[in-house]
Amino acid sequence: MSESKQPSYLEYQGKYKGLFGWIFSVDHKRIGLLYMYSIMTFFIVGATLGLLMKLELIAPGKTIMDAQTYNGLFTLHGITMIFLIVIPGIPAILGNFFLPIMIGAKDVAFPRLNLLSWWIYIIGAVIALSSQFMGSGPPDTGWTFYAPYSFKTTTNMLPAVLGAFTLGFSSILTGLNFIVTMHRMRAPGMNWMKMPLFPWTLYGTAWIQLLATPIVGITLLMVVAERTLHVGFFDPALGGDPVLYQHLFWIYSHPAVYVMILPAMGVISEILPTFARKTIFGYKAIVASTLAIAFVGYFVWGHHMFTAGMSGTAQFAFSFLTFLVAIPSAIKVFNWISTLYKGSIHLAVPFYWAASFIFVFMIGGLSGLVLGALSTNVHVHDTAFVVAHFHFIVFGGVGFAFMAGIHYWFPKIYGRMYDESWALTGWVVFFLGFLALYSPMFYLGMKGMPRRYFDYLPEYHGPNIFSSLGAVVMIFGLALIIINLIRSARKGEKATANPWNGTTLEWTIESPPILENFEEIPTVTEPPYHYK
Amino acid sequence: MSQNEKHHIVKYRTYIFVLLGLLTLTGISVAVTGLNLGPFAVTVALVLAGIKSTLVLLFFMHLKFDQPVYGIMVLFVLAVFVVVMIITFLDYSFR
Amino acid sequence: MEQTSTHTEHRDDTASKIGMWLFIFTELLLFGGLFIVYSVYRFKNPVAFHLAAEELSKLIGTINTVILLISSMTVAMSISAIQLADRKKAILLLSGTITLALVFLVNKYFEWHGKFEHGLYPGSQELFDLGQGDILFFGLYFTMTGLHALHIIVGIIVLTVMLVKVIKKNIQSDNYAQLENAGLYWHLVDLIWIFLFPLFYLIS
Repeated sequence: MSESKQPSYLEYQGKYKGLFGWIFSVDHKRIGLLYMYSIMTFFIVGATLGLLMKLELIAPGKTIMDAQTYNGLFTLHGITMIFLIVIPGIPAILGNFFLPIMIGAKDVAFPRLNLLSWWIYIIGAVIALSSQFMGSGPPDTGWTFYAPYSFKTTTNMLPAVLGAFTLGFSSILTGLNFIVTMHRMRAPGMNWMKMPLFPWTLYGTAWIQLLATPIVGITLLMVVAERTLHVGFFDPALGGDPVLYQHLFWIYSHPAVYVMILPAMGVISEILPTFARKTIFGYKAIVASTLAIAFVGYFVWGHHMFTAGMSGTAQFAFSFLTFLVAIPSAIKVFNWISTLYKGSIHLAVPFYWAASFIFVFMIGGLSGLVLGALSTNVHVHDTAFVVAHFHFIVFGGVGFAFMAGIHYWFPKIYGRMYDESWALTGWVVFFLGFLALYSPMFYLGMKGMPRRYFDYLPEYHGPNIFSSLGAVVMIFGLALIIINLIRSARKGEKATANPWNGTTLEWTIESPPILENFEEIPTVTEPPYHYK
Repeated sequence: MSQNEKHHIVKYRTYIFVLLGLLTLTGISVAVTGLNLGPFAVTVALVLAGIKSTLVLLFFMHLKFDQPVYGIMVLFVLAVFVVVMIITFLDYSFR
Repeated sequence: MEQTSTHTEHRDDTASKIGMWLFIFTELLLFGGLFIVYSVYRFKNPVAFHLAAEELSKLIGTINTVILLISSMTVAMSISAIQLADRKKAILLLSGTITLALVFLVNKYFEWHGKFEHGLYPGSQELFDLGQGDILFFGLYFTMTGLHALHIIVGIIVLTVMLVKVIKKNIQSDNYAQLENAGLYWHLVDLIWIFLFPLFYLIS
């Protein structure tokens, strides 16, 4: 490492020192870590809120908080988890850090814009969270801000809505930056079909961010105009149609689910070949299914609104399209399993996370079909079943993939190894806690327990106790994982350049990478995941 | 990496012709509002606006002279928007 | 900032142009959301929308359309002028564009002012008495033309910066990507107006 001409990005001293050297850095690696530290901070807040909700639900009736506090809590939990954590999540952290390296570039196309995105993210977060502390109480609409309640409620809606609007800008700029980076900055010889799969999923994601986010942006502005200036948009008293708000909201927010899950699939597609010592099965099928999910995922938003009063034709069409989008997702699962088949599997922490990702993603995906089918949807709509489903997809999918990714790339990011026995224990505890927390909700939902209430009928008590205890176990596992990573980033053993025997470009450079990633821009001749 | 595309210099005359075309189309769309087209009024207005915007995209925004990638992206975005619009109306036209 | 010297040694005009187009797509979809709302409410209130459109001045609408179309041409021409290294003509054409944009805003001001004088603004009693279709029509009218006017103002600022750069010779025949991108932004403003004009002023 010492013969390197350039210092590593962690040691490099630019114009600014210390903290300013980070918050004013235009290096994509430092920006990726900035996102990671801010997102992790918000995640601890969001997870604590979730734990409090589960503690309230450990027994029927009022346990630790009243109904209005609970309403404020699930709203804030949703806003934090969705807008502040999982939507930026993997693209902003792992994408920022590894996209340029994996395509053989020195940085993203617009480094300063990249830093601006982070600043906009922080400003948006501050605006959104300020809703808790100003004026007339925390918002209580849920993260979906459904009209007409969102302009009727006396709580502090404006900061929450404007915060979400601002965060959208950050997301758009990141997407824009990534698309241009992939169009212009791939290393010589790396044509589109030699690009690794994680960048490919980021490409699909970036297009969704770009094309869907403005719709929710303008919708949120309409809610603001309706609340402040009494312009008629969604208020039935003024001729508006509240269902149209739901349309516009989900035109963004359903594709946003694919903003979350596509990069997660990309991470898994990177990890499995490395730990199976085998090239990925069906590279082209994975690329095609990525683009298909991004495209078709744009047209399925109505399955969130099956009980809202849409026409039968629309309900039928949305149900059909929802089933279509399941096909490319299933193709990916088959590809991953086939990659493992006859591979010489190296069991390590990232692999455990990736394998458990496939497990929880399949449960989440298949329960999604229950919700996509019109008849069963009506039965479980707005019940705990839905909560279980999207936590399996969003938390199980994105969370597990992020954990897989961070344990995979940790040695590259910090140049140090983490303690594997701690990491393994953390995974076991977290995984068991996760299953205990969310699995009972499927049952509760089938039995008719509605979501978003601080109270429930006594007959639901048993599974709720189980679920709440699962939450405690999961949080304990999470603590183990985070403590291990923080400790190892400072004191872990020095890592080699390629601890997992990976084949993509990030493993050809030093750990941690030098400021400009490559001494010399590589020329790519082989497709990715080329073993032997 | 920093090689850039060759740039086509558009003649002033081309732009003037395009402007004349746009103004004519504007005139037509104003004139047809005098006619009672009934339900086709919206269609006619949108078709004329569509032709006008195509002219702006092709000539003023240089899509005709640039690499095809920009045009493909524009078509893709328009397609996404049109499909979203159609699907929304699957709800409203059949309620 | 700190690593700027090492990171931006290659100027990639194509990258910034792709970036500009992507930004334009987000703007199109921002208005796209409003167009969806407009279509749905027009579909639900066809008669009220027809009658409400007659409240708007076709003449001012047409004049503003002509102004924007000409300004779009002049900004496109200014790029050709820069490419031909004809700085004086570029300065003239850009100043013309900015002047036309200002005239557009003045017209818009008088138009809005007239509506306010007649009590036709969101939340007013007059509008409320007219009925739900009119409330929706004028709500959309003010939002969409207002958002469009905001883009005109941003466009004026951007074009003024470009004008200063041309005058200071920071934009020249071998380095005009910024002007090209500013031009793209101005055409976007034009494109949106091409649809706003018939939808609000003509169909009646």
